[in-house]
Amino acid sequence: MKSDKLYAFLFLAPAVAITAVFLYYPFFDNIRQSFYRTDGFFNSTFIGLENYRRLLEDDIALGATLNSLELMLYVSIFQVGIALALAVMVDSIRHGVRFFRTTFFFPVVISGAAIGLLFTLIYNYNNGLLNEILVRLGLERVLWLTEQSSLYMVAIPTIWSYVGFYFIILLTAISKIPADYYEAAKLEGINGFQKTIKITLPLIVTDMKTCLILAITGALKIFELVYIITRGGPARSSEVLGTYMYQKAFVDSAVGYGATLAILMVIIGLSLALITNILLKRDDVTY
Amino acid sequence: MAELNRKQSERLTFWETFQSGLMKAKIGRIIIYTILSIWAVSTIFPLLWVVLNSFKPSQEIINATFKLPTNPTIENYTNAFNTINIGQSYINSFIMSGSVVFFTLLFGGIAAFAMSRMRFKLRAMLQIALVMSLLIPAFATIVPVYRMMIDLNLVNTYWGLIIPQTAGNLPFAVLVISGYMATIPKELEEASVMDGCNRLSMYLRVFLPISLPSFGTVATFVFLWSYNDLFSSLIFVEHESVRPIVVLLSQVSSQYGTDYGLMTTAITMTVIPIVLFYLLAQKTFEKGATSGSVKG
Repeated sequence: MKSDKLYAFLFLAPAVAITAVFLYYPFFDNIRQSFYRTDGFFNSTFIGLENYRRLLEDDIALGATLNSLELMLYVSIFQVGIALALAVMVDSIRHGVRFFRTTFFFPVVISGAAIGLLFTLIYNYNNGLLNEILVRLGLERVLWLTEQSSLYMVAIPTIWSYVGFYFIILLTAISKIPADYYEAAKLEGINGFQKTIKITLPLIVTDMKTCLILAITGALKIFELVYIITRGGPARSSEVLGTYMYQKAFVDSAVGYGATLAILMVIIGLSLALITNILLKRDDVTY
Repeated sequence: MAELNRKQSERLTFWETFQSGLMKAKIGRIIIYTILSIWAVSTIFPLLWVVLNSFKPSQEIINATFKLPTNPTIENYTNAFNTINIGQSYINSFIMSGSVVFFTLLFGGIAAFAMSRMRFKLRAMLQIALVMSLLIPAFATIVPVYRMMIDLNLVNTYWGLIIPQTAGNLPFAVLVISGYMATIPKELEEASVMDGCNRLSMYLRVFLPISLPSFGTVATFVFLWSYNDLFSSLIFVEHESVRPIVVLLSQVSSQYGTDYGLMTTAITMTVIPIVLFYLLAQKTFEKGATSGSVKG
């Protein structure tokens, strides 16, 4: 159309302006700020790579990075693994599919803050759900959130709450596999388990890859559950990059250093996504 | 005689295989249903436990945590409204998340229309920028944005949260809606030009109404993300007068950590609207999760 130029400009201007000012510019400004020491958000001095040197020597940052990576490992194995098992099982049943889809997905829509508080109550020493069950069974109460256990205790709700998301993705992928494949396999005398290994899994490899990458990048953004359940404690045993970055930038007012931690998070996220992509790069299976 | 024996044994084997096959299938199915049910219980039971306990006095939560409330009371709820002002947080949440949805659809809709139906120079570049922006996590923009919000005096106002969340959700909205609009046949565009439409009326009268399903998907997800977003809320709108319900939730455990009635009530009140919303828009949620238009 003739006047497209004007309309294109008018239609795009608001969205471009908002994202330019509040998304793209801050992203690059965050890189700039990582070279500054900033206290209380206003007194900035250029210190070059000082923040990065500090990062290399910061044991807490190291611990948080390791914790984040450990969580990432659990999340990608169990979230995607459990989701896959559930999806294969739901695909094989005839009754109650609707019910299972609904109940499995619904923790996904609940905020991390609510799930966090819910698990605070579940882990509570005096009358938490777990200890009440133990007491009913005639056992001793257990202190659930210790230095040794805290990372697992935040991993469990993290995994649990998002299994449904990958479950839906994988279930949809499985249900798209044409029925003829299974019928042909049946004629060849393949049983249920072999069917899953030889037909279903190879055909949904791409979707599992998508799930893995989403799980890995998602794990890096973990914040709310840890913030609510343990605040990174006890003794920083469950500190992750998200909570540490929040603490540095917004509690300790080490704003420049917080920006540096954010860059570390972006770098880890991008490189892991890239590595996963390369490692899992195989031609998609089609029969 | 020998022949008869052979026949009998054959019959038996057939019968046996048939029976064992039936058994196997049955046991397999029982195992599958059991496992699935256990997972379903794990997703429903904790929440049910919280909701039931929110109708008990704190003492009863401690003494009889698994029993149905003997004298159901709404004391915890009145308490939540009076001591932690949960009503105000509700209002704040709905005002802010509703506005984020409104602005995201308003600006995202026309941008999506331009991206999918118009030809102009910078289109390819904008398309790349759009996809790249999905890789920017909130952590990587929050420090500069917070400084800007301080400069603009918008911290602890509704706009303080609405603007950054709208910016964060716009790329997702444009991608989903433009993807939908791209599938609308060209003939419709031509017909509307014949009827004397300019680009604006074409958008308003033809493309917007047809694309409503994609607007719905975006609205559901953006509302959910905005309502549930604790990280940005803690930073931009933490003050009591504007704090949304998730921030309130994060403060309840540190301030009223022993008041189980209040905690269970706060969880219930935060979760209930979202669960209702989910049950209503369930198909949209599941479609959104599988459409590839996914944000972590």
